[in-house]
Amino acid sequence: MVVPLSYYMILSAVLFAIGVTGVLVRRNAIVIFMCIELMLNAVNLLFVAFARQMGSGDGQVFVFFVMAVAAAEVAVGLAIIISLFRNQQTVDVGEINLLKW
Amino acid sequence: MEPLFFFLFAAIAVTSALLLVLFRNPVYSALSLVASFFALAGLFVLLQAYFLAAVQIIVYAGAIMVLFLFVVMLLNLGHPEALEVATGKYRRVAVVLLGAILVAQVGIMASRNLDFAPAPENPEMVMDNIPYIGKLLYTDFLLPFEVASMILLVALIGVMVLVKREKKSE
Repeated sequence: MVVPLSYYMILSAVLFAIGVTGVLVRRNAIVIFMCIELMLNAVNLLFVAFARQMGSGDGQVFVFFVMAVAAAEVAVGLAIIISLFRNQQTVDVGEINLLKW
Repeated sequence: MEPLFFFLFAAIAVTSALLLVLFRNPVYSALSLVASFFALAGLFVLLQAYFLAAVQIIVYAGAIMVLFLFVVMLLNLGHPEALEVATGKYRRVAVVLLGAILVAQVGIMASRNLDFAPAPENPEMVMDNIPYIGKLLYTDFLLPFEVASMILLVALIGVMVLVKREKKSE
């Protein structure tokens, strides 16, 4: 028996919603970044599930590109967090208001 | 057998994703995210994306999470009391609201029949997964592939510029 596509869609939606909740609820910039990674992974799962359902490899290639972009994004984001920490001595997004006013 | 493994991996993925949000210590959060990545790699295997399952573990769990842990240790954020003492006023409201949206989403999905008949299985994609993806990357997706390499190069240079300490010039 094969697991239907909708199961994968529901799992993906659940993971994505957990990621969104994490981004909105947490205050530690690094954990917020991890939650963004979780959302990217939820979308990747959906891509792969649809790739199997359609019998096409394009979805898998897209996941590959998403991973490449995620790697670049993580490197740049963590560099920003490090330079922010050097200037502000905190990674609490509630206290970082450089661009606020 | 497949549904059994699906529910096993799905349970691990959702539980460790929840723990990622709930843990106060960022080191624990990072480790539970690694568990989530491993469960997703298992799901990729179930979906016959063997190459992506390997890349998921090598790149995500191996490289990206090590980078995260490295930064957490470098900034000495391992002490939970250093962070997250304050809780936002609207935190509980946000959680309840998002939970309601999630339940509504899942309800809508479950109430409609979103499944469609699967296309006939592509034997080349399943049996020779890595050569198949490699061929796609160098034919149909050649331009995006080159653009991705440029993105990685730009990220590499950008990171060095961002993190470099500026010399104190008097």
